[in-house]
Amino acid sequence: MIRTLRAQLAVPVGAIVLALVVGAIVLIASSPLVTGHIDVMLPIRTYLALVQGSVLSFDGLIDTAVNATPLILVGLAVGLGFKAGLFNIGGQGQFLMGALAAAGVGAALANSGVFIALPAALLAAVIAGGVYGFIPGMLKAYTGAHEVVTTIMLNYVAIQLVGYAITGPLRATGASFARSHDVVDAALPGIINAGRAHEGHLGIIIPLIVVPLIWWLLYRSTIGFEIRTVGANPDAARYAGMRPRRIVVFALTLGGALAGLGGAAEILGVTRYMPASYSTNIGFDAITVALLGRAHPVGIVFAGILLGAMRAGAGLMQVQAGIPVQMIDLLQGVILFFLAAELVVRRVFRIRQAARGVEELQTVTRTYGGQTTAP
Amino acid sequence: MEFLNDVPVLGLLIQLVFYLVQVVMTNGTIILALATPLALGAMCGVMNERSGVVNIGIEGMMLGSAFTGWFVTSLVDQALPASPILVFGITPALLAGLLAAIAMGMIASLVHGWLSISLRVDQIISGTIINIVAFGVTGYLNLLLSRSSTPSGGKFTPFVPPDWLTDLPIVGWLFKMFLQQGPVTMSVIIIVIVLQILLFRARWGLRTRAVGEHPKAAETVGIDVIRLRYRNVIIGGAFAGLGGAWFTIDFGGSFENGMTNGRGFIALAALIFGRWHPVGAFGAALLFAAAGSLGIAIRTTPPAGQLGEILSSIPEQMFSALPYIITILVLAGVVGRSIPPAADGQPYERESAA
Repeated sequence: MIRTLRAQLAVPVGAIVLALVVGAIVLIASSPLVTGHIDVMLPIRTYLALVQGSVLSFDGLIDTAVNATPLILVGLAVGLGFKAGLFNIGGQGQFLMGALAAAGVGAALANSGVFIALPAALLAAVIAGGVYGFIPGMLKAYTGAHEVVTTIMLNYVAIQLVGYAITGPLRATGASFARSHDVVDAALPGIINAGRAHEGHLGIIIPLIVVPLIWWLLYRSTIGFEIRTVGANPDAARYAGMRPRRIVVFALTLGGALAGLGGAAEILGVTRYMPASYSTNIGFDAITVALLGRAHPVGIVFAGILLGAMRAGAGLMQVQAGIPVQMIDLLQGVILFFLAAELVVRRVFRIRQAARGVEELQTVTRTYGGQTTAP
Repeated sequence: MEFLNDVPVLGLLIQLVFYLVQVVMTNGTIILALATPLALGAMCGVMNERSGVVNIGIEGMMLGSAFTGWFVTSLVDQALPASPILVFGITPALLAGLLAAIAMGMIASLVHGWLSISLRVDQIISGTIINIVAFGVTGYLNLLLSRSSTPSGGKFTPFVPPDWLTDLPIVGWLFKMFLQQGPVTMSVIIIVIVLQILLFRARWGLRTRAVGEHPKAAETVGIDVIRLRYRNVIIGGAFAGLGGAWFTIDFGGSFENGMTNGRGFIALAALIFGRWHPVGAFGAALLFAAAGSLGIAIRTTPPAGQLGEILSSIPEQMFSALPYIITILVLAGVVGRSIPPAADGQPYERESAA
């Protein structure tokens, strides 16, 4: 048990360590632009600020949890896809549709009490996200349109839909910029001292409910077994009497619903209205989360918390060390690089080939040649 | 054309066609310019995917090149200021920037090649890495540089075709469209045509397509699959680099964070819509750019009468979303069918090299 755990953790941890080293080199190399001279201590100051801003203070911890919530939910959406042999790049679009639905329903029910408005807004987000996952699922299963391309395209369609809805029918009257009405009653309540800058919100308990459910679904239910079988070998699954097409549609729809929930948590908990120019990189962040967590629900929780903490600490990093927040994107990309180039990590840390990577991934791009899923 | 107002439906359609022609003719220059990064990105895609390597990192490659081109141009310009010479307002700084942008695209491609061809990492993850790293690195450096206000090194100026050519009746606008352009945009047409001929009429093209469709068979007849893939991916990177240069030293003159703004993904769409053919992808890029221009034209100069009312009632965002929706429909086989090369996305493993 301990041994397999260590084998599972070795590569992700190694990738993070190497990414921090690369980050340090970039920081030292660019230090003349920050402090005016080569500064070997800059990485230490930067990483210290990052840690301080994320886990060493109460506000930091709250911010970390708030940031981690959508990352975990969308990360689950991507991870679920991986398990079924699918590459869901549509996290961003599904997140946006969930956010839009939550903002729309939330604004419409703004004064009908928490117990009606909040569940209705969350449900709307789940449905909207689910529909947005259902579309590429159906396209993949029945026409062979590869989900990588269709989900990327749908991301941009979602951006335009949000722009249309918020500048058009959902636009708040009298607001100085294009945004929807406040969600008032549908807002996820703050958990400490409502009104403070770091009040957090009740949405951070959503992953605590959803993650065990997804774990149970994947590893203890029949449908989870089918998902994993289809992911590993669609042909074998079909010969065993399973229906890969349905599984493909199911996995992407459920993933979309989870990502939509993530969008709702962000809108109902953090902004509490939706601006027309809502920009997010969550789709790609979630891919990092899913890969770092090896597509396992528990791994995704840890990866989501790590990336959430990095985002939470970025503010302090900017103030204290003078490092732009884009450093986080850089670190994230480098982590992903080392995860992909496992070989490099293994060489550096002398890790033996024990834990296999996300095996399902091997089948993902193999289907790019455009075959329809077996019926 | 007022009489057409009385003819139902057909009259409207004819008016629409006239309006579209008018929009394309008056906006031809800008449409071709805006199609440039899409077309160059798509050419990068052709080079990659025709030889069996999926590349969704075009966006990141263009972003990295855009930054590099701008940065090197301004560096060289500060080091040795020179007055523009000859056509296009060429300065040594601009040339250096252009070459640096191309080199950056090739380096990014080399990384993509190493990951996806040698390490046989999932090619979509490899592309994703390039996108994320490019976004992070350029954003990080750009913010650091902007603190000390880096002056722009300028940009290429469009060529000015002689008046008698652009004033020609009927075809004059075409000359204007193709000649009143910066060097990057002008190079696109040449690249597209050359690539189309090479891909379908030359030995290299035959080999590339063989490797993209059936690498095992290609290997049996003596083609070095790995080497060909590397070479094509790196040359493709040069196109993406050129496309990146368009952003900062041809069309615009400065860098902004994330300025490629999804154009690498529209390039991917153009590639698919154009069925992995250079000329087809170029046509798709023009179509997508025209759709964007149409959206703007309807806001600024709407047609008169009923047609104007109908067109104005279509939300602006519809036109921006059009390229993506069309691509999904094409991929799903609703309008025509677009099928990628059979070995696209599959890493190649030599059978017992010993």
